[in-house]
Amino acid sequence: MVSAEARSVDSRAEQLNEEILIRRVREGEHELFYELVRPYERRIYAAALAILRNPSDAEDAAQDAVLKAFKNLRQFRAEARFSTWLIQITVNEARMRRRKDQTAMVDPIVESQDREGNYTPRDFADWREIPSETLERKEIREALARAVASLGEIYRDVFVLRDIEHLSIEETAKALGISTANVKTRLLRARLMLRDLLAPGLGGSWANKLSFAKGNKPW
Amino acid sequence: MVIDCEEVWREVSNYLEGESGPAMCAAIEDHLRGCKRCVAVVNGTRNIIRLYGEERIMEVRAGYSERLRHRLETSLPLRRGTLFGWMVAFAAAAMLLVAFEIGSSSAFTRPYLRSAHAQPAARAIPADLAVVVTDEAKIFHLPGCGVIHHRSTERTLTAAEAEREGYVPCVRCLRKYVNVTRSSYGTGAAGLPGDVPSNAPAQVLLFSHQ
Ligand SMILES: [Zn+2]
Ligand SMILES: [Zn+2]
Repeated sequence: MVSAEARSVDSRAEQLNEEILIRRVREGEHELFYELVRPYERRIYAAALAILRNPSDAEDAAQDAVLKAFKNLRQFRAEARFSTWLIQITVNEARMRRRKDQTAMVDPIVESQDREGNYTPRDFADWREIPSETLERKEIREALARAVASLGEIYRDVFVLRDIEHLSIEETAKALGISTANVKTRLLRARLMLRDLLAPGLGGSWANKLSFAKGNKPW
Repeated sequence: MVIDCEEVWREVSNYLEGESGPAMCAAIEDHLRGCKRCVAVVNGTRNIIRLYGEERIMEVRAGYSERLRHRLETSLPLRRGTLFGWMVAFAAAAMLLVAFEIGSSSAFTRPYLRSAHAQPAARAIPADLAVVVTDEAKIFHLPGCGVIHHRSTERTLTAAEAEREGYVPCVRCLRKYVNVTRSSYGTGAAGLPGDVPSNAPAQVLLFSHQ
């Protein structure tokens, strides 16, 4: 078992290693840049995919974001986390591409950006736990991905940064250029909508086939 | 404090993140003891946060890492050492162009460039080779190179023009040339054919004109 203390030593070591790598890349060892990016390559792809909803666009955006990060490495400030900085660049890149695509469309899909008010969750008398182990199954992962993709983009972006990429509320707000109050409102709504979409036996018929752990109530 | 279902829903995110104050926490927990519906909302939301927070949810396409690494290898500027070698080669090429011009204007017809000794084992990039550049990176490619991105910003120009604008050759599609400049000018005579005179980097470069 790994103690919290050991974990924090680990992450401190990682951070030191990262600082050294950044310095060496800045000093000209460009071939080390991939080492710096590698631990986060999945995360940046996931962020781009959630925003663009297309694997090949996501990959292009992730690659371009990594190159931008390289070009702007001098602007990276040590007080921020490198991972957060890289994710922010990726999110900007992906959103820029999405905007371009939308303006290119003749008849853009208009999203209801204004109704950020209260959201009434669908009334399920009970929630049957979807255990993490079910993520081993491809159809479950796909169902989760589809559910996120179906959210309106203002909710999707916030949810991706906060709940998938684990940025803080403040970092999410900064990355998206919105207030923290806005982040909280949209996050709440995104989470509730996803709960509705993935409610076993309702929005997701896939869930019927699963044997969910029952009676998992903390109260 | 007594709160209703709607207040619980409004607060569920903060509550699960531990951001609700003690009074609000107590009120929510009190409400949950008597409201099955809100228990389902809280449990479901917590479940959603946990599932999506798992690293396993992030699937990447096959070959993603390899392509990313390759893109970096072919797009990042060459290291200083190599860049220096390239600059030396470029300076030599520029001098040669001048020499060549003097040579042709003085009706120096003997094709000394075609000396029987010099085998074109090493080649530099022909100055008038058509190459393409994009906004993406300071790199020039042969048309159709697989690592060209941002094709919408593609421009065609000659290798000499590309160099003048500060572009360096792609290590993939222009590999044979890049290797030449490295070996000939970077680490000494390693890349030169044995019978080329020692003062002959210029010849090696000129021989590149096929
Ligand atoms: Zn209630
Ligand atoms: Zn190329």
